Amino acid sequence: MDGSSPERPQLPPPLWLLAELTYRCPLHCAFCYNPLDYTKGGAELSTAEWVRVLREGRALGAVQLGLSGGEPLVRDDLEELVVEARRLGFYSNLITSGVGLNEKRIRAFKDGGLDHIQLSFQDSTRELNDFLSSTRTFELKSRVARLIKDHGYPMVLNVVIHRLNVDHVPQILEMAEAMGAEYVELANTQYYGWAHLNRAQLLPTREQLVRAEEATNRFRDRVGSRMRIFFVVPDYFERRPKPCMNGWGSVFLTITPDGTALPCHAARMLPGLAFPNVRDESIEAIWHRSEGFNRFRGDGWMKEPCRSCPEKTRDFGGCRCQAYMLTGEAENADPVCDLSPHHHVVTEAVERAREPIVETKPIMFRDDRNSRRLAGEAPVQESV
Amino acid sequence: MTVDATVALERVPRLSARFRLQYETAQNTWVLLYPEGMVKLSPTASEILRRVDGKATIASLVESLEQAFPGVDLRADVIEFLRIAQDHGWIEP
Repeated sequence: MDGSSPERPQLPPPLWLLAELTYRCPLHCAFCYNPLDYTKGGAELSTAEWVRVLREGRALGAVQLGLSGGEPLVRDDLEELVVEARRLGFYSNLITSGVGLNEKRIRAFKDGGLDHIQLSFQDSTRELNDFLSSTRTFELKSRVARLIKDHGYPMVLNVVIHRLNVDHVPQILEMAEAMGAEYVELANTQYYGWAHLNRAQLLPTREQLVRAEEATNRFRDRVGSRMRIFFVVPDYFERRPKPCMNGWGSVFLTITPDGTALPCHAARMLPGLAFPNVRDESIEAIWHRSEGFNRFRGDGWMKEPCRSCPEKTRDFGGCRCQAYMLTGEAENADPVCDLSPHHHVVTEAVERAREPIVETKPIMFRDDRNSRRLAGEAPVQESV
Repeated sequence: MTVDATVALERVPRLSARFRLQYETAQNTWVLLYPEGMVKLSPTASEILRRVDGKATIASLVESLEQAFPGVDLRADVIEFLRIAQDHGWIEP
C-alpha cells in the first residue's frame, strides 16, 4: 500500500467508533489512559451532537461502538444514545466501572438494544481494588456483575494488570469464574496518560509477567472454552512493537467528550498536529481529509529503520504516541522495537523494575485536582 | 451416507445469542458481530448463515440453497461449514 497520496480512494471505513462521552468519573485509577490535562477540554457534546456523530459515523461504515469515558454512566442521556445506536445498526459496547448501574438502568439498556457490557475490576481483593481506584467500589462492582448476568448479557470482565496486582492473576481468574464471566481481559498496562506518570510504581518485572502468563495458561487448560481469556501482552517486554490501532487512521475513530476527533485516544499529546472537532466538520470530512488523520497514514512519514524494514506493513512502525513520549519525536520507530536506536529506554525501564520501589515519588491518582496541577493551572505539589 | 449424517440433516441449528448477523452496506458484506469484534463472512458462508433461523433443519437449508444455486450438490459443503461454525461458537446445534 502506498501512503504517499493523502486522499486514497480505497480508504477503509472507521469500523470502530469510540465515543468518550465524558471525562467525569467517580473512580480515580492510577493507571487511567485519559490525558493528564483532561480537565482542560471544552464543554461536553450535547445529546443532539452525539446523535449526529453516531449517524454520520454509521453512514461512513462504523459498526462497533464503544461507549466509554470517564464513566459513561455519568451521562443521563446514555439510554437515549443506546436506542439510537441500535436503530442505526451499531453493535454497542458499554465500557464501565459499574458505578451508576442499577436494575432500572440495565433494564432500559437491554430494552434499548445495548449489546454488551464490559465491567472493570481493579483486583480480586477489596483492599487493592479500592486502593487502586481510590474509592470504595469492590462490593458495588460485585453486585453489578450479578445484574449483568441476570439480564442475560455476556459477561466481559476487564482487569488492568500491573506490578501491584500481577501476582494475583490466579485469584483474579477464580473470581471471574465464580462470577460466570464468558470473557476475561487481563489487560497489561499500556503506559500512556496517568499510567505513564506512575510507570515506576506500575511496571512489573519480567519474572512476575512470566509467572502470570503461566498461571493464565494453566487456568485456560482447566476451563477450556467455557471462559475465553485474553492476556494482552505488555509491549515493554517485547522486541517488536504492537501494530498500534491497526495502523493510524485505518480502523479507529475516537471522539473525545468535547468533540475532538482522534485516530487513537492518546493522540492529542502529539505536538504540532491539529485535530478536527465534530462541532466544525462532518465525520466524513474528518476521516478523509483532515491533516490530523492523514498525518501518519501509509508509510511516507517513516524514518529509518522503519522506512526500509520489511515488517513495516505488519506493525506500521508501532505507536506514534509511544515514539513521541519515549524518544521526543513521533516519526521515530516505536522504541519497543529492538531495531530502534532508542530501544535502550525501554529495556532500562524494565531493568529498573527489578529494583525494589523506593518511595521517591508517590503514586498520583487521576482526579481533578491532580489534573489541574499537571496542566499547569495550579502548582504541582505531590501529596497523597 | 452414514447414519450420523442422516441424523445431522434433521438437526435445527440456530445462531448463538452471543453473535449478531447483519449486512454491512459500506463493506458490501455480511458480518457476525460480537463483543468488540467482527467476522467478515465469505459469500458462501453468508448464504448459509442467512438461512439459519432456528426453525429450518439442515436438510431444508440444503434444499433452499440448491434451489438458489441449481445444479450443484451442496450437502457436504453445508454440513462442513456448519461444523466449522459450531466450532467457532457461531451456531448452536
